[in-house]
Amino acid sequence: MTITVNGQTREFDAPCRLGHVIDAEVSERRGVAVAVDGEMVPRADWDDTELEDGARVEVVAAVQGG
Amino acid sequence: MEDLELGDLVLSSRLLLGTGGVSNLDILERAIVASGTELVTVALRRVAPSEGPSLLQVIDRTGARLLPNTAGCFTAHEAVRTAQLARDAFETDLIKLEVIGDEDTLLPDPVELLDAAETLVDEGFRVLAYTNDDPITAVRLADLGCEAVMPLGSPIGSGMGILNPYNLAIIRDRVRCPVILDAGVGTASDAALAMELGCDAVLIASAVTRAQDPEAMATAMRWAVQAGRLASGAGRIPRRRHAQASTSPEGRADLGGPADPSGPVTSDGDADERDSGSP
Repeated sequence: MTITVNGQTREFDAPCRLGHVIDAEVSERRGVAVAVDGEMVPRADWDDTELEDGARVEVVAAVQGG
Repeated sequence: MEDLELGDLVLSSRLLLGTGGVSNLDILERAIVASGTELVTVALRRVAPSEGPSLLQVIDRTGARLLPNTAGCFTAHEAVRTAQLARDAFETDLIKLEVIGDEDTLLPDPVELLDAAETLVDEGFRVLAYTNDDPITAVRLADLGCEAVMPLGSPIGSGMGILNPYNLAIIRDRVRCPVILDAGVGTASDAALAMELGCDAVLIASAVTRAQDPEAMATAMRWAVQAGRLASGAGRIPRRRHAQASTSPEGRADLGGPADPSGPVTSDGDADERDSGSP
């Protein structure tokens, strides 16, 4: 199944849980937040959230700013 | 100097530091330490592979708390979602709310700003709202329950200082929550002026991070904020048109010329002359 992660399309085996996608993207979960199809998913739900084919996942973290 | 209270967050430093614009994390860390700040802003962006210490590790070492922002958001929708992400990432309800109207001026969009502020306050966020130097919008934000209003001195990164001190003073008079000057500070005197006008704190980013020597400028800002705060509470003298001698003319020695037939000028005469010049 195809998941778009931070604008890049990636292939994952179905079923695919959000936590798996996040761990493929970052080495540490601390300081990271995630949205699926534009809605924030709380970190407590990452490992239980099953993604649908075509889901758009945004993984964000702190950068200098403000 | 008394502490700055933002809800249950108590800060002994009245300088908030932005982290954008500094060329490397080592310089940023030294600037944070030199500034004495206890609250620094960060933004949220897509993760990128990085080497070396992360921004959060550097900030952790300084002991400063995080103030996430919604920089780059143009709509209430984006800003609310960014704030939700920030709360989940950093486990803080604090959010510096920025909703920008256009890319050239980076001025706040008051309609979207008020919309976002209302939603975020309802969702339990402690909102520090970046706003124009418009007293009406500031009062609206305060009435919505924002933790602080953050009027700009001049556009972000412009370094033009405080363009409308009159409005800032009105904002200070009309809202009960803390007023934090945000944006436009160019050098230390701008920060001192903000505090003298009654602001409760100053947020500075570019003036420090883009200075030739960020550590030295951070130190300057630290003392400027303290100096301005002390001055604002110290009761400045009124401005007056003419001079007012600080040294009493009483008891002046007679040092006139040796052969003045009209005799020495009395000190009383001189004093009268001075008094007549006062407004």
